[in-house]
Amino acid sequence: MDFQEAQAHLLIILGRLSQEFHRLPGSAILLRYIRSSYQNDPIRSAVELFLVLFAVRYLLAPKYSTKPNYVTLSEEEVDELVEDWTPEPLVARVTSFEEAEIEKRPVIVGPTGPRSKLANGRTVTNLASYNFYNFVSNELLKERAIQTLRTYGVGPCGPPGFYGTQDVHMKIEADIAAFLGTTACIIYAQAFSTISSVIPAFSKRGDIIVADRAVNYSIRKGLQISRSTVRWYEHNDTEDLQRVLAKVTKEQSKKPLTRRFIVTEGLFENVGDLVDLPKIIELKHKYKFRLILDETWSFGVLGRTGRGVTEHQHVDAAEVDMIVGSMAGPLCAAGGFCAGSDEIVEHQRLSAASYTFSAALPAMSATTASETLLILQTQPEILNALRENVKAMWTQLDPRSDWMRCISAVENPVMLMVLKQEVVNLRRLGHEEQQHILQDIVDESLAQGVLITRHKTIPPNPSGTKNEVFTPQPALKICLSTGFSKKEVEKAGIIIRHAITKVMTRKR
Amino acid sequence: MPRRPSNPFPNNSPSIPWPSFSPPAEKGGSLFKSGSGKPSRIAQFFSATPKSKAEAQSAAAALLAASRAQEQLFLNSTTPPISNPSLSLPTISLSTATADCINMDAPPTTLFQPPSPGEARRLAKQHAQFAPLNSQSHRYTSRHQGGEFPEPIMDEPPYYYLLTTYISYLILIIFGHVRDFFGMRFREENYRHLKSRNGYAALNSDFDNFYVRRLKMRINDCFNRPVTGVPGRYINLLDRTTDDGNYHFQLTGTTTETLNMSSYNYLGFAQSEGPCADSVEENVKRYGLSMASPRGDVGTSDIAVECESLVAEFVGKESAMVFSMGFGTNAAGFPALVGKGDLIISDELNHASIRFGSRLSGAMIESFKHNDMRDLEAKLRDVISQGQPRTHRPWKKILVVVEGLYSMEGTMCNLPGLVRLKKRYKFNLFVDEAHSIGALGPKGRGVCEYFGIDTKEVDILMGTLTKSFGANGGYIAADKAIIDKLRVTNAGTIYGESPSPAVLSQINSALRIISGEIVPGQGEERLQRLAFNSRYLRLGLKRLGFIVYGHDDSPIIPLLLYNPAKMPAFSHEMLKRKISVVVVGYPATPLISSRARFCVSAAHNKDDLDRFLSACDEIGNVLQLKFASGIAGGAPPLEHGVTWEMEQSRRRLQKHDKAIKALVTTPRWRFEDVVKRGVQDVKVPLR
Repeated sequence: MDFQEAQAHLLIILGRLSQEFHRLPGSAILLRYIRSSYQNDPIRSAVELFLVLFAVRYLLAPKYSTKPNYVTLSEEEVDELVEDWTPEPLVARVTSFEEAEIEKRPVIVGPTGPRSKLANGRTVTNLASYNFYNFVSNELLKERAIQTLRTYGVGPCGPPGFYGTQDVHMKIEADIAAFLGTTACIIYAQAFSTISSVIPAFSKRGDIIVADRAVNYSIRKGLQISRSTVRWYEHNDTEDLQRVLAKVTKEQSKKPLTRRFIVTEGLFENVGDLVDLPKIIELKHKYKFRLILDETWSFGVLGRTGRGVTEHQHVDAAEVDMIVGSMAGPLCAAGGFCAGSDEIVEHQRLSAASYTFSAALPAMSATTASETLLILQTQPEILNALRENVKAMWTQLDPRSDWMRCISAVENPVMLMVLKQEVVNLRRLGHEEQQHILQDIVDESLAQGVLITRHKTIPPNPSGTKNEVFTPQPALKICLSTGFSKKEVEKAGIIIRHAITKVMTRKR
Repeated sequence: MPRRPSNPFPNNSPSIPWPSFSPPAEKGGSLFKSGSGKPSRIAQFFSATPKSKAEAQSAAAALLAASRAQEQLFLNSTTPPISNPSLSLPTISLSTATADCINMDAPPTTLFQPPSPGEARRLAKQHAQFAPLNSQSHRYTSRHQGGEFPEPIMDEPPYYYLLTTYISYLILIIFGHVRDFFGMRFREENYRHLKSRNGYAALNSDFDNFYVRRLKMRINDCFNRPVTGVPGRYINLLDRTTDDGNYHFQLTGTTTETLNMSSYNYLGFAQSEGPCADSVEENVKRYGLSMASPRGDVGTSDIAVECESLVAEFVGKESAMVFSMGFGTNAAGFPALVGKGDLIISDELNHASIRFGSRLSGAMIESFKHNDMRDLEAKLRDVISQGQPRTHRPWKKILVVVEGLYSMEGTMCNLPGLVRLKKRYKFNLFVDEAHSIGALGPKGRGVCEYFGIDTKEVDILMGTLTKSFGANGGYIAADKAIIDKLRVTNAGTIYGESPSPAVLSQINSALRIISGEIVPGQGEERLQRLAFNSRYLRLGLKRLGFIVYGHDDSPIIPLLLYNPAKMPAFSHEMLKRKISVVVVGYPATPLISSRARFCVSAAHNKDDLDRFLSACDEIGNVLQLKFASGIAGGAPPLEHGVTWEMEQSRRRLQKHDKAIKALVTTPRWRFEDVVKRGVQDVKVPLR
């Protein structure tokens, strides 16, 4: 009886349910669909039902991390892990060599110049500053700078985009563009940060950059941040460059066209030698690459009036797509620039990070650069005077030393002296040992009253692959200036030579 | 737009009662003098008016000139007359003395005995860079008032405006594409640079360039405006025109002197005279223009060493180092601090230089929601428990990177919250004080001082010297051991040029002024004026009914515009009123929240801010910018006898009732009331 009652009850409930179901909007459609899809084939309906259930399950499934091998942990476990975690100190301990370096770092009291006074009270011959034309002590420049100060104050208090572009900035941009013979120019607030921003402004992921292996730290950082595909060629080896270019062109021939750049330096910071620009221009045209040329060390130094490699090697500056240079070196002001076509310059005003997001250059530095640029153009003889001094130092050091040779180009006022290969081989000197020897030489010549320095570098990408790392050979850095007479240069040269000999013979 | 006189002074009766605090001793003089002070203040407002021949004229003529100038300004507002700061009306300076000396006791007869023309010119120039302080009551101390650091309340406009904003962008994009469609067919030469030609890929792809070409270019005249002279209280814009849709500009050769609400000149050190400039001149004569060498070689001068110790002492760390560029400080600083196996957790709104540096460092980068400590904690728990990806090795170290004051939002970092988390999660804390150093704290020493937190709690304090100190460059301050290591591993030291002696000496003298070592009292005045000005302007804007973002003491005040077309409109309207402002939109901000950003300076005085508020009031009405619903402030003043604490407890109780929403009144104050109540209400917690 109970069973029948229950059955009747159930039937009533089912009847009600089906009534309710029919009342639902769209129920007719669903029924019609099921009927038409059934087609006397229960398996078909079962599969469909399974799919529906799967979809429901999928949608209701809890979200999971997209990170591979994510470990789910309970709160207590997390607490424990947090408790246990001990971080390393923020920076490693200073090594003894570094400590010595910090201690020995010379502090100049008063102005820098050919003769500089150090904090210990001694006055030394300064062959370590990039004061090539002795503009530092130029009274006229100081006067102009003070005039600027009295009109503009010191800082521009804002990025160029937001009321930081002053008329003096526009003037120096026009001056450099006119000087180099390009159509436009853009200035940055720091020379070192310039090319690190120029490269990623143009070259993005998927683009191709072919770069010299010896390029400086700043360029390497630019390459790193651009996330482009970087191919390296052997330092200053145009044949290898051609090989790499041909290879890249072949590889890429089937793919959509991407931007391609060659990045190299005019005078290399790490090696001091000179690029073969005409050959690179030829290759660049042949393989349709754009050229980014870092003239930080050659602008204001090479050529009759200091226009850089382009003038020195008789290349039209317009052939180089981007010329990046410094106003902090020979021009004795501050900041960097990038010269090129209108399109290239205007693009940077929006997309070069260190232009857009940094305060503009102080007006005083901008006017100083304009002035020194003018001096270079009107008194090109100072460039010759500098070259004479470089030559005088070369003859003192390079041919007469048994231990060291100069790897810089003869035009380069920054002379890099490295230990001769046979000396290194003979004594099995490692990188670090060479640094120590050089530091001893620096100390020794300072004791004799000549201030020189080591060429200091930091590894650009210590965790990179072997191919990416280029470790320049440790070198002494000797910077010449027109502030010295030939006699003084020779005297300083003798002191350095003797210091080298003394250190090298002592070590034996 | 028909121009109404924007001079608030007829309404801003100079005899405003200051009931809330006892007037200074000289107050009587001020009230007495105020009648005669009025014309001179008017003149001060319009010191951009052309130089009349009135230089040595008698007072009557000067008054006449002032009113004539005012008239003229109203008549030909479209062609602003050119003027030079040094050629302002001589009357400007009459009622006021030098910046650091109040003029309350000046006899009213001064007006009728103008100083010599030369003196007047000198004062006018000085005041164009740094305004005289009208009243000692216009000062305030920037300090966290204790208690939980409040999250700023983000007000939102009615949905209508959000909708129209999206529609505006849609229309702009459609128009852009239509123009491109026809342009590419009929004006091919204009698009050549976006396509590959002779085997070279385009430098700038069509797609990447669309936003710039079709949206930004329309309003390009609001950006990169060239200027000349000192970016102080006023800034001189070089007038320019365009005849090809903002692609190229031609300078007309004239200049316009505008009220500067745009430069990061927080403490007003952008000056071409005064103790800073004098010391810079002296040092340029002594040191020359450059050290001509990186710091790592022989670029270290005694003045740099001095600067570093001053900076270290100022920020409250053992040791510091200075660099020639603020951006470069971060770009080169991070690779020296962190590397592979380390983790950087960065606020999502951190500055580009931080992102640049973090990417260069090779460390992993995670980000957390802006100023959201809960999100940061969740992230910390997650990353510490998971360890490095794939290997699950524990992180070598975790560096949390925040900014002290965010330049687009005006918010401060929640330092108390961060320090709390730091104790538990043992991460290292890096605070970028680019905007907050000098601008926050009772002595201008940044966020740590603002919150009263020991600087030991923060591992690395980085900042720029560009903003508050009127110089250039950046610094990193930390314990001596850290700085010593960074000196030898930091690329900025080894390769970057050293800061020039001029810049260093500007920093040194600015720091000495702030700490009161030289010109005692001036540094304090600058700091307190900045704090007052920031709060005054913020409160005024809230009361007028604008939506502003950020914390109350922040000198950066973003005013929300939303619709993209309002950006150029706001900028142009302001320029018409001779005020220069910064407008920013996507991609610097989220798409919908385009904004105008004002940077308050100690170089402004209350008159400047009133002038600015009045301009905002007018423009706000015309452009329909008064969106505020009242939840974020601008409420009517407390009734007599009700204190802030009573109000707070009342609110807390009401929170449970949920009735609070109904009680929020939409702030739409009249400008006159804003000015009237401003000074007294600034000194109590803003509401």
